[in-house]
Amino acid sequence: MTTVTPTMFTPAPPANESKPQEHSEIKIRTEDLSFYYGSFKALHEITLEILERRITALIGPSGCGKSTFLRALNRISETIRNTHIEGRITLDDADILKMDVTALRRRVGMVFQRPNPFPKSIFDNVAYGVRVNGLGDRGSLKEIVERSLHRAALWDEVKDKLHHSALELSGGQQQRLCIARALAIDPEVLLLDEPCSALDPIATAKIEDLLFNLKDQCTIVIVTHNMQQAARVADFTGFFLMGRLIEFDRTEVMFKKPSKKETEDYITGRFG
Amino acid sequence: MATAPATLPRPHSFAQRLRAGDSIAYTITFAASATIILITGLLAYYLWTGSALTRQRFGWNFIFTSTWDPVAGQFGALPFIYGTLVTSFLALLIAVPTGLGAAIFLAELAPRRLSDALTFMIELLAAVPSVIYGLLGIFLLVPLLQSKVVPALQAVFGFLPIFSGTFHGVSLFSAGLVLAIMIVPFIISVSREILLAVPNDQREAALALGATKWESTWKVVVPYAMRGILGSVFLALARALGETMAVTMVIGNTPRIQASLLSPGYSIAAVIANEFTEATNDFYLQALVELGLVLFALTVVLNGLARLLILTTGGGVKRR
Repeated sequence: MTTVTPTMFTPAPPANESKPQEHSEIKIRTEDLSFYYGSFKALHEITLEILERRITALIGPSGCGKSTFLRALNRISETIRNTHIEGRITLDDADILKMDVTALRRRVGMVFQRPNPFPKSIFDNVAYGVRVNGLGDRGSLKEIVERSLHRAALWDEVKDKLHHSALELSGGQQQRLCIARALAIDPEVLLLDEPCSALDPIATAKIEDLLFNLKDQCTIVIVTHNMQQAARVADFTGFFLMGRLIEFDRTEVMFKKPSKKETEDYITGRFG
Repeated sequence: MATAPATLPRPHSFAQRLRAGDSIAYTITFAASATIILITGLLAYYLWTGSALTRQRFGWNFIFTSTWDPVAGQFGALPFIYGTLVTSFLALLIAVPTGLGAAIFLAELAPRRLSDALTFMIELLAAVPSVIYGLLGIFLLVPLLQSKVVPALQAVFGFLPIFSGTFHGVSLFSAGLVLAIMIVPFIISVSREILLAVPNDQREAALALGATKWESTWKVVVPYAMRGILGSVFLALARALGETMAVTMVIGNTPRIQASLLSPGYSIAAVIANEFTEATNDFYLQALVELGLVLFALTVVLNGLARLLILTTGGGVKRR
């Protein structure tokens, strides 16, 4: 039981990408990142590098801090009162804690666990970020909305009902709408916090395909409960446990030959 | 296996008991809600039959004429309808922006402890009897208006008909202000609850797209809560339309229609309360009951319009 059956993950990336570190820049780096809810230390000195145009998955049991880590990367964690961050997070070598927070969030988009469309039309949902940031006029707005819905693989399903309520869509469609909404402002990084946990397997597969296609255009960090999902989509995987980063490596290494006992136990289903 | 037959009837009887409980609960709750229909029906019936004499005599002229002379037997309700509508809408004009602003502050921006303390005080204010607000109006607001506010208003806006004429303290304007003070706590406390009930993922969605705190509040949270906020406004309007005591004390009790808000007026509720004891003949009494009918109809019509408005706007898109 020490090895994992190969059917659990997709084959390694093409041969010329076998060492992606050499071809890819570091997009986000955290150094000794600790996170506190009041006096409770939820993250312990996390040091991690996220590479550009790669998919990085964060796995671990509930309460391990993976979502907390993700939510620190666009500082949405600040909206919870009585929390604070120690350590450094950089985006393209610039300290995000010193950045204007709205400028940061324009560059680092986020998709949440439960689909959370606004109770507005499909068009207005996608257009929201463009409008609020003043990024497009009337003509370009239509183009941006159409392009974003294409990128989120939703265009064909909604092109005839752009002015219907977003709430008429199914859960999976709503989640792809939320991805389109995030993509509309061309973020450099896309954070996804368990985006498939409320979805059925078919909707999940659609989102995974979508992520695979998006990674030429942006850096993706995905938190997931589902190890098969991490194995299927991610280039790199980090394993969190009790607020610590136990292991971080290329996905196939993590799933084939983890170097830590805890990682192996979790991946083989002994706990979590 | 041996015990199975013995235990079988038990869940059966339990289920029967449940069914019996359901039907009892249904009957009781149905009876309770039936009283609402009964009361509304009785009210409408009484107001209708109780005003038969004046309805026959004046017909629609009762609503469209403005002479109110009980001695001569002339009854025209227009000045009262005018006073009721003007004071209520003036109150809304002041109370809606104030109440919504305060609710947004309390729900979205204020530290939790300050918000809770202020909310407690606001709920206290909503429970203060209206006669107290009337006293506040007479002894505090009217002198303040007379010495400071109105002279300043007239210096700037005196050319407008609504601020023309001499100001004697008691007026439509004073009544509108007192009403505004009375309904603002309603709007604040109901709107605050509704804003707090907006799911947090809506705020996060906006913030994650690069919206500022204010943009997320004004363009996402408030529209999401719009139906409920409109509901609180119409609740407040209903209270303003029917408010009697405080209005009587500051409106001036003069059945005349004048363009200036600074002139005295009269409201439907105030005239009914003031003249009921003086109504010595049937005709006079029935005229007052018909005023009640008019107020009732006014409330029903305005609430109907409110429903329509909520249904057609309601945040732009139907929810679910």
